[in-house]
Amino acid sequence: MPNPSRDLSQQPVPVTAGTDSRLLLLFEGDNVFVARMRIRAGETVLVEGNGVTLAADLPLGHKLARRPIAAGEKIVKYGAPIGTATEAIPVGTPVHVHNVKSDYTPTYHLMDANKAEAGR
Amino acid sequence: MSMAIATEVAPVPPGLAQTSTMRGWLRRDGRKGIRNTVVVAYLVECAHHVAREIAIPFREHDVHVIGFPGCYPNPYAETMMQRLCTHPNVGAVLLISLGCESFNKYALERFVRDSGRPVKTIVIQATGGTRKSMEEGRAFVAEQRAALDAEPTVPMDPSELVIGTVCGGSDGTSGISGNPAAGRAFDMFVAEGAACIFEETGELIGCEHIMAARAVTPELGEILEASVAKAARYYATLGYGSFAAGNAEGGLTTIEEKSMGAYAKSGASPISGLIKPGDIPPHGGLYLLDVVPDGEVRFGFPNINDNAEIAELIACGSHAVLFVTGRGSVVGSAISPVVKICANPETYRRMEDDMDVDAGRIIEGRAGLDEVGREIHDLVVDLARGKRTKSEELAHQEFVLGYKSFEPIGPACLPV
Repeated sequence: MPNPSRDLSQQPVPVTAGTDSRLLLLFEGDNVFVARMRIRAGETVLVEGNGVTLAADLPLGHKLARRPIAAGEKIVKYGAPIGTATEAIPVGTPVHVHNVKSDYTPTYHLMDANKAEAGR
Repeated sequence: MSMAIATEVAPVPPGLAQTSTMRGWLRRDGRKGIRNTVVVAYLVECAHHVAREIAIPFREHDVHVIGFPGCYPNPYAETMMQRLCTHPNVGAVLLISLGCESFNKYALERFVRDSGRPVKTIVIQATGGTRKSMEEGRAFVAEQRAALDAEPTVPMDPSELVIGTVCGGSDGTSGISGNPAAGRAFDMFVAEGAACIFEETGELIGCEHIMAARAVTPELGEILEASVAKAARYYATLGYGSFAAGNAEGGLTTIEEKSMGAYAKSGASPISGLIKPGDIPPHGGLYLLDVVPDGEVRFGFPNINDNAEIAELIACGSHAVLFVTGRGSVVGSAISPVVKICANPETYRRMEDDMDVDAGRIIEGRAGLDEVGREIHDLVVDLARGKRTKSEELAHQEFVLGYKSFEPIGPACLPV
């Protein structure tokens, strides 16, 4: 596993121009943003210049693709790989258990009554 | 029911008066406690009820119940119980035995007595059952409580502290705010000469190489990597990672993502050693606690919940435990105060009564990591100046101990 370029205990980097201030970039090389508050379905967020309308709520702490991610590509957060994309992930869409798998052990999560994805 | 003794306990809650300097109770081994607790320890589940009934009238008077539920012997559990009963925060011990269990009550009583602490063993079968054991137990506890409340304290320094850290109910905020802030507090304590312990090798999967690079010797680095490889094998055999359903609901997608967040609790200090449950850090510095059993996989999951991990941190001498939560854990612990650091600002607003630190301010841009790290550091120091944590005020005293097996650590685990 490649080493992160920065000390893990550092502050998040400032959000780049053209990106919604509700999104947090943890490391310069990350391909995901983290929501710093819940963003509601139907809202449009600016992701590095791209306006993206959310199909579902993005809860606090959940991830959004910073750029298009190909199937099989590593998801990079904290400057380190945290899993592999199982499908192509368009810019500005949620990145979670429905399109990412662990490179170590499978993730156990509950589905709600509507079989919706965890956290929705 | 003859429970008259229950009303005879000291009316004033024990503990330190508010002081401007750190104070502690000096033990015979030279360690100092920031609490002066009476422990009531059951030696098999069959004695648990009697132990709990003995402690109930004293629930706001620093009388805590711990114990081991199993009837079959286990060296790990016996070591844990010895370390916990002679923890610096413990002033006196009451052992509750049913009578026929395999736990070596004689060895434990001797170990506690040799530490200079008052100790008594009540064997329920020999005493004549539940009611007589409860009465005899409450009389002993009342007597010890009164004696401990009259004991003087001595000055204490941050360098004398041992502090553990754990995270539970983690979510997508934990690794951004609470865990790195706890890491900053750890860095401050290590710089002051305290011993700081981080743990859960199953939640360091994916971080093993960057962690190994922080070891004080290359040999220790290899040992740190091997401990994570052992954890990965162990969890793979069991079919689940150290990952709960609520972690995913909170935005964490994989164990390695959770690990990267959890790892931030360790701060940035060099790693001085690897210890196992019950090993006490020999001096100040940062230590990794290897919680995953050695040898073939047996006895089930390494730690069945957060409190099993907290008990191990305390058995290693932790005076206090920093607990970072995102989803919102409410637990405390027997013996040592648990400081709850809430990483998620929404959770903090919902569960403020249970949280000591609002680290979610970092997410919302209302505070920096250094500021919250300092706040956590100062709060721990205040625990030795008369302050109590939210979970202590709410009388949380969770305790979990199960079966495990470990090989002793080798000399390369503590190189300096």
